[in-house]
Amino acid sequence: MNSRWKANTINTTSIILIYVILVLLIRMGFINSYYEGILIEMGINIILAVSLNLATGYLGQLTLGHAGFMAIGAYAAAIFSSRVNMPDLPLLLISIIIGGLLAALLGFLMAIPVFRLRGDYLAIITLGFGEIIRVIILNLKITGGGKGLSGILPLTSFSSVYFVTIITIAIFYTLINSRHGRAIISIREDEIASEAVGISTKYYKTFAFTIAAFFAGIAGGLFAHHTLVLDPKDFGFIRSIEILIIVVLGGMGNLTGSILAAIIITILPRMLMGFADWNMIIYSILLIAMMLFKPGGLLGKREFSLYKLLAGRKKSHGNAPVKNEGSE
Amino acid sequence: MALLETKDLGIAFGGLRAVGNFNMKINENELIGLIGPNGAGKTTVFNLLTGVYLPTEGAIYLNGENIVGKKPFEIVEKGITRTFQNIRLFKDLSVLDNVKIAFHHKMKYSTAAGIFRLKAYWKEEKEIEEKAMELLKLFDMQDSAYTTAKNLPYGQQRKLEIARALAADPKLLLLDEPAAGMNPQETKELMDTIHFIRDKFKIAILLIEHDMGLVMGICERIVVIDYGMTIATGTPEEIKQNKKVIGAYLGE
Repeated sequence: MNSRWKANTINTTSIILIYVILVLLIRMGFINSYYEGILIEMGINIILAVSLNLATGYLGQLTLGHAGFMAIGAYAAAIFSSRVNMPDLPLLLISIIIGGLLAALLGFLMAIPVFRLRGDYLAIITLGFGEIIRVIILNLKITGGGKGLSGILPLTSFSSVYFVTIITIAIFYTLINSRHGRAIISIREDEIASEAVGISTKYYKTFAFTIAAFFAGIAGGLFAHHTLVLDPKDFGFIRSIEILIIVVLGGMGNLTGSILAAIIITILPRMLMGFADWNMIIYSILLIAMMLFKPGGLLGKREFSLYKLLAGRKKSHGNAPVKNEGSE
Repeated sequence: MALLETKDLGIAFGGLRAVGNFNMKINENELIGLIGPNGAGKTTVFNLLTGVYLPTEGAIYLNGENIVGKKPFEIVEKGITRTFQNIRLFKDLSVLDNVKIAFHHKMKYSTAAGIFRLKAYWKEEKEIEEKAMELLKLFDMQDSAYTTAKNLPYGQQRKLEIARALAADPKLLLLDEPAAGMNPQETKELMDTIHFIRDKFKIAILLIEHDMGLVMGICERIVVIDYGMTIATGTPEEIKQNKKVIGAYLGE
């Protein structure tokens, strides 16, 4: 009980502290709007990576259609917010939740045919579904078709992304460490054994897939109100692969790894801008090197915990929710 | 009434009838051996009983209820759990987590309670942790509770798999070649363990085994199958003298 409160206090304090510092830096002009934009993209990438990690890292099912869910969330949220009159913050929150719910609904419907397959076949069928979503958006009137959807309200701010990201991470952390999370992980470990100890693998696959789609939709909604223009091309399978790269780089089934990798992958291409034509090559080489030398991901199996760090690396056996969730 | 009863159970894969006219009765708290030459269909019987395969004929009654057509996880809820011939642990998880996962279907807190860490979450998680530790203590494995399962020695992995099957709270436990790959000393220990869990948990056990010493030593009744058919049933003494059994093993 005691260490539980201590960990909660440490996490909450650090989350608020980092927030205050970043906001102060933005207000004082040390972080200009360009860098603020990067921070927002970081948050969006973290949400995408953490949600894909549930399906791919924890559930162990390689899915390549994550950008499709993001697209649904983005378009649904943008279309909703352009038609409703409301103060900014509640409007943003309601639109991203609508985007998330729609993505979740599609994820749920997709899970039924998709999980009849496994492994490579599953990867290809999800890739197919992702493309179907993109092509449908491309051909609808309401989404602006190939011209894209413009005139989206600039509702996403650093603060809203920061807190939505924190809440997302917290939800995934507690979910994974509950009995439902254990059931999901057991499917990755051995599906047959999992079923043989009384876990409905079908239910938990659908469940994890739906939750992952929901948060991809949330990320899409934030993205839409940040970029202000949506183009179906932004949600091609390259985007899905990018998210997958973050997950693999951070370590399959490692939450803090995904967060760290999302931060790096957001910054890296921009840091390499100076190299002009060479930047994609350097970027690719860095990825290859990373996989060669750290195939298990940046953090491997270890989860970073501020509480454990402060408590002097005392061995705690996962009784307490000990993890720093404020590392954006 | 028998705990488990199969009536003319059978399955055909295409034209091959792997098991046919399989009849067996298991009473509560009974320890039964299922033996037969290689390829006789023993593991197929296990897969039929646990819902992995859907039988093409016959019925399985557990406490009088026909469980044919139920999914494997539903059959676990009804009270049949199993171990596997080639050990299937959750290899990258801790020993404790392996056992905790098997408690899943007995736990009640909702997804929301898990995500928002409501009272029900803390209460049940604490209970399950204690229960899992108790179970590990019975198997003398409490010291390796936080070891990754794949790092356990072979014999302990077998034991962990049995512990995990017991955590799912069965009325009937199916053991598929529990002594495979064990040395005589380990086999001896295993025999004691099997006896012990039968008495302690008051469950029925059906085991497939090639080690005749083990089977004859602990089973009260033995069922012999060959080519998917029951060829003999009886006490170890009766089975030893049975002409058909000798024929099946040694050839006519």
